Amino acid sequence: MMAAFSVARSSCGLINGLRVSFRSLAPVKHGAVAAAALQTSLLPDCRRYSVGHLSVKERIDMKRKAALVGGGQKRIDAQHKRGKLTARERVELLLDPESFVESDMFVEHRCSDFGMEQDRNKFPGDSVVTGRGRINGRLVYVFSQDFTVFGGSLSGAHAQKICKIMDQAMTVGAPVIGLNDSGGARIQEGVESLAGYADIFLRNVLASGVVPQISLIMGPCAGGAVYSPALTDFTFMVKDTSYLFITGPDVVKSVTNEDVTQEELGGAKTHTTVSGVAHHAFENDVDALLNMREFFNFLPLSNQDPSPIRACHDPSDRLVTSLDTIVPFETTKAYDMLDIIHAIVDERDFFEIMPSYAKNIVVGFARMNGRTVGIVGNQPKVASGCLDINSSVKGARFVRFCDAFNIPIITFVDVPGFLPGTAQEYGGIIRHGAKLLYAFAEATVPKITIITRKAYGGAYDVMSSKHLRGDVNYAWPSAEVAVMGAKGAVQIIFRGKENQAEAEAEYVEKFANPFPAAVRGFVDDIIEPATTRKKICRDLEVLASKKQVNPWKKHANIPL
Amino acid sequence: VKKSRRCVGDKNTKSVFCLPPQTFDKILIANRGEIACRVIKTCQKMGIKSVAVHSDVDASAVHVKMADEAVCVGPAPTSKSYLNMDAIMDAIRSTGAQAVHPGYGFLSENKEFAKRLAAEGVTFIGPDTHAIMAMGDKIESKLIAKAAKVNTIPGFDGVVETADDAVKIAQQIGYPVMIKASAGGGGKGMRIAWNDEETREGFRFSSQEAASSFGDDRLLIEKYIDNPRHIEIQVLADKHGNALWLNERECSIQRRNQKVVEEAPSTFLDSVTRRAMGEQAVQLAKAVQYSSAGTVEFLVDSKKNFYFLEMNTRLQVEHPITECITGLDLVEQMIRVAKGYKLLHKQEDIPINGWAIESRVYAEDPYKSFGLPSIGRLSQYQEPLNLSNVRVDSGIQEGSDISIYYDPMISKLVTYGATRAEALSKMEDALDNYVIRGVTHNIPLLREIITHPRFISGDISTNFLPEVYPDGFKGHQLEVGNRRELLASAAALYITAQLRSQKVLGNLSYLDSHVAVQMIFCIDASGQIVLQYLGTSFKVRVLSKLAAELNSYMPEKVAEDTSSILRSPMPGSVVAVSVKPGDTVAEGQEICVIEAMKMQNSLTAAKQAKVKKVHCKPGETVGEGDLLVELE
Repeated sequence: MMAAFSVARSSCGLINGLRVSFRSLAPVKHGAVAAAALQTSLLPDCRRYSVGHLSVKERIDMKRKAALVGGGQKRIDAQHKRGKLTARERVELLLDPESFVESDMFVEHRCSDFGMEQDRNKFPGDSVVTGRGRINGRLVYVFSQDFTVFGGSLSGAHAQKICKIMDQAMTVGAPVIGLNDSGGARIQEGVESLAGYADIFLRNVLASGVVPQISLIMGPCAGGAVYSPALTDFTFMVKDTSYLFITGPDVVKSVTNEDVTQEELGGAKTHTTVSGVAHHAFENDVDALLNMREFFNFLPLSNQDPSPIRACHDPSDRLVTSLDTIVPFETTKAYDMLDIIHAIVDERDFFEIMPSYAKNIVVGFARMNGRTVGIVGNQPKVASGCLDINSSVKGARFVRFCDAFNIPIITFVDVPGFLPGTAQEYGGIIRHGAKLLYAFAEATVPKITIITRKAYGGAYDVMSSKHLRGDVNYAWPSAEVAVMGAKGAVQIIFRGKENQAEAEAEYVEKFANPFPAAVRGFVDDIIEPATTRKKICRDLEVLASKKQVNPWKKHANIPL
Repeated sequence: VKKSRRCVGDKNTKSVFCLPPQTFDKILIANRGEIACRVIKTCQKMGIKSVAVHSDVDASAVHVKMADEAVCVGPAPTSKSYLNMDAIMDAIRSTGAQAVHPGYGFLSENKEFAKRLAAEGVTFIGPDTHAIMAMGDKIESKLIAKAAKVNTIPGFDGVVETADDAVKIAQQIGYPVMIKASAGGGGKGMRIAWNDEETREGFRFSSQEAASSFGDDRLLIEKYIDNPRHIEIQVLADKHGNALWLNERECSIQRRNQKVVEEAPSTFLDSVTRRAMGEQAVQLAKAVQYSSAGTVEFLVDSKKNFYFLEMNTRLQVEHPITECITGLDLVEQMIRVAKGYKLLHKQEDIPINGWAIESRVYAEDPYKSFGLPSIGRLSQYQEPLNLSNVRVDSGIQEGSDISIYYDPMISKLVTYGATRAEALSKMEDALDNYVIRGVTHNIPLLREIITHPRFISGDISTNFLPEVYPDGFKGHQLEVGNRRELLASAAALYITAQLRSQKVLGNLSYLDSHVAVQMIFCIDASGQIVLQYLGTSFKVRVLSKLAAELNSYMPEKVAEDTSSILRSPMPGSVVAVSVKPGDTVAEGQEICVIEAMKMQNSLTAAKQAKVKKVHCKPGETVGEGDLLVELE
């Protein structure tokens, strides 16, 4: 605490300008935050003007002012009433103060049908705010759809603005963050709007694997529009105010006669727990944007950048004694893989991706001695940590992202195998399981694997094994690398033998330990769990200069 | 054997003599947790080999690691392991242990166990069977005490037969009276009555409860002592008729009849009263030919009248504070006495050196009726042993599991000093330096108690907690200055984290700063910071000015309607479910009973409603916050 107080004194200057709100552990309603008027106070409805007698300079000012209020104060109030921020407020909160450099503020839509050509239907900047800025000093390109202008609908001009910043981001090598809040296509523009979507999709695809692309869904996103977030690396949602679906509840009712609400069909809960479309959901706009800043810190700016290294206060040689007792005595008993991950990574800071979907595998970002790493771990707590269709796909996509952006992968293995059953076989577990295998095999980033307990059968091979070019593979003393568990194996090897229990004991003695793998060099070492952090940090330092190239190809053909 | 620093430190318990005499070669400790470690520690000091017994889930527990040998005596439930006499007897035979130390709880006051040991020629490190039996029954022990001229609470000395008898006796004694079960303990089957009607009612309830809890519906009635203090005398006796009193321990700070903070000596006793109590305690010990360490508990009223309550024929949980002020190692004395040696000391050799305070650190949520059990894994655990004059008796370490099967005690934190003020200030430091993460713990409550003006002035009674916190414990209440200090620290920490985010290798617009801070809290992306300050954890949210302004547009999320759902307030097992779907329950009606760590908790309906769905069944294990029953 004394350290904290001395910091408090030395940082007094910085604290000015902060609002600190406070509540004790008792559930007191958090509040007491003054709602100050926006700094940019503006005349209401200043878009309606006659230009005849104004100088160019005055016209520039007028247009700029008009652009800043988007669809007008009334619509801004309506947006706030829904618990949503405006496009500009979102950009301001996402980026470092005063770092936003806006582009295309003067762009207007070019539609002349259905009375759209009238002045009152023209809004400088149209229904999207675009530009670049910085998050903790690091460059990022941003677009933020403005729901107050034609419901954020996508016009040709709107698409063109987004394409422009995406092209720039590709040129300089910086990530793109899209803040989606759009009713859909600008129907008045017809095919021009559709063309706009396709232009964006193409750029999403071309940028894929070149710069990180993140979508944050902060309102509706329906129809063809959903494919842009789907093509980006990460899709995040805001609880209760965002929706993603191909067709809305009305169309669903008329086609399949299903009664379903927007929230059930495409809300944050659906997509983070059932469909796996979204990677994380946040409480509200503010929470989501602040978390985006935190998330952004983990990412490199492009595929040319190494994994970022942040100043680290957690000793890299810290011994984690609590890990020595974490794997339970009985091999059938579960434990929480997150306990292991939290204990090993820097400062227990783990940004989990898809925490509520396919929970039998855990994936997410953390840091080791300051360097961003991707963590993949089987979760014994859920379905014994087995691999099934959903967990394979979840793991595969994450591994491929890490590989594309030079982020080392650390894999914690406790896997009893692939999940059996008709549901899995009919669903194509062979095809989907192959994705995870493929992803680990093709990855050329540093790969460190720790077998904490079970590594059975084909699933052992899949989980970043030595055979798939694992750089460093460790086993804890509790590891069991085998074709299958003792019971099943004994039934096959000693079929018909009287004393099954004795046979089982013999099998356990022989195979249910790390030695069979260690004597063959399939694991590099058997390590004390407490030393895991220390060893990983050291290995990562060595592997920082790892160079590995896959054979030339136009592109690989992952089993989709 | 590696010496563990978790158990009693030698520097804390200065032995009065030098060479320990030859006693036993090998002792089995029929217990677990901190007390097992405590006993092993003394065994090591005396050059005695130790044998630990353990349940399967305790296979890697600290006491198992510390002992020279360990034997698994069964699965997790105590009835199948630590209370499993057959398995423990087997363990004694297989290891060749010559004596057994029972610790406290479990088999420590079980006459059957003592008998079986005697039958096999194994020494029980404790009193003889007849003393255990004599003191184990509340009515009998009172009669013996009275015969030994020990002050007893005015009351009826025999079994009360009918409600009319009860009223007659109550009138003789004078109200208020206490009706309690003869075989009872832990507050079960106890009722206070202030008039005839309440006596009748209390008689009925207590006999029912006594019958169901102890299978013995015998009751007794005695005077109820208003505003009592609980002060106990440690006695030590040998098999040659010698007995000593080792001064008192003040144990008035209790919740639900369980001690929370203890100290020795008591602020309340003068030397005359102390001597009187001590001498009576010794008289009682001699009356039952007591040997080994034992504790005579007294209630003391505001006029320093003291009344015999009961005698505990074992080592008490709070024995370390007596060790601190007397310099004796009680376990060592018990082992010597058990071997048949005479006491080494005379009454005038027993000093009161300074002051010692013990806080029982529990894995409990102090915000729920001063402590409901919590379970979990100690993800981070650091005892404040960097401070001097601190003794921590614990049987766990980082990574240990606090499970529903056993007592949720994490450790006994003992501090001492030349004066009470010194010991108290040391306790404050020790509580602030204690790092426990992964389970909810009661440090916020402990720190509030030991800094409360009433506690500091010594104005306490067994009603201290309900009197000081009539609406339940709510954590430390911040004053303006403290509040500012807390907010300033939070803001500084937030700024530090923000500045560090910019310290990324290769970042051009890097802001230089030389701020470093030790993080003992958590901070998340949306500015939530949890800070432990003055013992209590506070949730603080730090936002930039802009974020705070924008946050005002964010809607309050509607919390779940808690009146129509019933969640488990703690981890435990479901003992009974009293309703089924479709039943109509009245407000306050019992819905189900959850048992956790020796406690049964009845959960009731918050409103009158129809039962929609039942999510649990008897025998099931539930976690904290698990949905049990839904109402319409």
